Amino acid sequence: MARRKAASKDPLSQAFGWLSTGVGTVQALSPARMCSAVGVRPTPGSTALMRAVGMQELAVGTGILAQPQRAGLLWTRVAGDVAHLTLLGVALQSADRDRRIAGLIPVRRSDGSDRRRVARTVAAVLGVTLLDLAAAVRLSRADQDNGSLRARSSLTVNRPAEEVYRQWRDLEKLPEFMAHLESVRTTGNGRSHWVARAPAGRTVEWDAEIVDERPNELIAWRSVDPATVPNAGKVIFAPVRDGRATEMTVELEYHPPGGKVGKAVATLLGEDPQQQLRDDLRRFKQVIETGEVVRSDGSPDGTITQRLLRQRPAQPPS
Amino acid sequence: MKATCWMGSNHVEVQQVPDPKILSPRDAIVKITSTAICGSDLHLYGHYVPTMRKGDILGHEFMGEIVEVGSGVNNLQVGDRVVVPFPIACGNCIACESEMYSLCENSNPNAALAEKLWGFSPAAIFGYSHMLGGYAGGQAEYARVPFADVGPIKIEDDLSDEQVLFLSDILPTGYMGAEMCDITPGDVIAVWGAGPVGQFAAASAFLLGAERVIVIDRFDERLRMVRENTRAETLNYEDVDGGIPSTLKEMTAGRGPDACIDAVGMEAHHAVLPLHAYDKAKQLTRLQTERPHALREAIMSCRSGGTVSVVGVYGGLLDKFPMGAVVNRSLTITAGQCHVHRYLRPLLERIRNGEIDPSFVITHRMALDDAPQGYEMIKHKQDDCVKVVLRP
Repeated sequence: MARRKAASKDPLSQAFGWLSTGVGTVQALSPARMCSAVGVRPTPGSTALMRAVGMQELAVGTGILAQPQRAGLLWTRVAGDVAHLTLLGVALQSADRDRRIAGLIPVRRSDGSDRRRVARTVAAVLGVTLLDLAAAVRLSRADQDNGSLRARSSLTVNRPAEEVYRQWRDLEKLPEFMAHLESVRTTGNGRSHWVARAPAGRTVEWDAEIVDERPNELIAWRSVDPATVPNAGKVIFAPVRDGRATEMTVELEYHPPGGKVGKAVATLLGEDPQQQLRDDLRRFKQVIETGEVVRSDGSPDGTITQRLLRQRPAQPPS
Repeated sequence: MKATCWMGSNHVEVQQVPDPKILSPRDAIVKITSTAICGSDLHLYGHYVPTMRKGDILGHEFMGEIVEVGSGVNNLQVGDRVVVPFPIACGNCIACESEMYSLCENSNPNAALAEKLWGFSPAAIFGYSHMLGGYAGGQAEYARVPFADVGPIKIEDDLSDEQVLFLSDILPTGYMGAEMCDITPGDVIAVWGAGPVGQFAAASAFLLGAERVIVIDRFDERLRMVRENTRAETLNYEDVDGGIPSTLKEMTAGRGPDACIDAVGMEAHHAVLPLHAYDKAKQLTRLQTERPHALREAIMSCRSGGTVSVVGVYGGLLDKFPMGAVVNRSLTITAGQCHVHRYLRPLLERIRNGEIDPSFVITHRMALDDAPQGYEMIKHKQDDCVKVVLRP
């Protein structure tokens, strides 16, 4: 799945999280008092409604606190504000006409102070609504999801960095352990032609070039325009265990055609680049350490996570 | 070929299946001459281990004759007689280089499954669920042995199958259980479980210099077996007054055994019915996967500052673990699936010298065709059954 960089905890949305949680708690625990406070007569009907509103506020509040970067939850607050304004509007009207509306929100009729209370509540909620709107819009704009699929994975290989680098740099050998690649052909000048398996049994082809290369440290490549599926990748090597082993970190990014919609379709078709990358790295480690992709009777094609739950019985293949 | 296939809970059948073939240059094909049913096979039989599929071939203790080698195997030839270790190890990863062969990082293609349960995947094992590789096992006529240049040990001596077969699993497992106790002269070792692993743990503890070994079980014939084949003292926990921990304390004048070996594992039985019922109920409702009576007792019995060595098989999560005893009394808990490859040569040497003859645990010999009967026998301990060896 695309790994969106989590927006740093937006203080405004955090504040709203606390506000919703706080108000919701009071509404749920002391609905009668809250009714009076906003100028509505506390009856079984209105207290039940207030309690329900309180539960909803609590849910939204805790949701925002748990995931302050999710713009969607702030939009839920806006929707809630509109609903509350509607209810308060009804309360105001019934104060005017001195009758029950929908049998739910009777208002004390005395010196009008309750009508003023309702009016004050409406003003307050209106103000909060505008703030909520602003925060929701701001967070939505900060959403960086542009439909790209990203994967990042790392693995330790029990070989010195020179050997691991050499194995990677031989791009034509990549299909040996990267299951979705059919072939890679170097065409000179740091360029290569790649053919990959795509969802629904098709293939995708593109040209790529090495954009950065530091022996035993880094290889970075990028597809050359125009590519049907623009993509880029990078692998970094770091020696560990006194140089006897290497930490290898791979980052891949690709843009399926169709932006966000294309990405959703790709996901639905079972493409999980993160998982595929981890499988690829496991197979790379097997090949470079043991000389072969490890196969069992249950997994005769080696490590493929998507097939884990649909294994054939552990018997020799016929 | 014929093979013992898992067909469901408490159901195995000997069926006709395809012969194995060389798939990789480092493979070898072994024609099996002797194979055994292990106590841990019962965890598969009773379906305590998840990720089994109907048709899986069982068996991880086997030996025989090489009939085919891949192009990458140079240390073995057709005709060689070999015993095959139960963990599959590549020999090239960090774990294998550190001699922790049962932790091989490469041999399990289904590593992601084991990772979900245990955080990381250990090595694959022959015939022991898809979570541990999905490899066909050795209760069959033939088996494909991956990384044959690392695993199998060649037997060139005039030793019978029965004398060397248990190098594959139970003898090194018992030995490692004793070795993990770090035995020093004068030590008293207590062993829970008088099954084959417990028998070998007791024998190994003496080989490693223990002064006394006390073995605990409830089957008199198994306790007699360990008394007759080693210097061990025995306790039948159903006959003992006051419980095992206090009895062991008395037998050691108040200090407790220096180390305790759990050779029982997840399907322990408990004398106190309500406790047994509690653990069994939790196991059946999947609230815990283990019945850790032996482990709890071992911890409570162990001398302060001592070692609890766990070679019994556990799969998942257990309940009511006496962590307070562990922390407050400076206990060391050491555990593991046996790194068999490490022990093959030293233990073969000891067998050659006559220091130990592992065949004493064998009580029943059957044809491979009778494997279903063998499983029932081991499960219900019928006819004083301790170890069943099958001949294809």
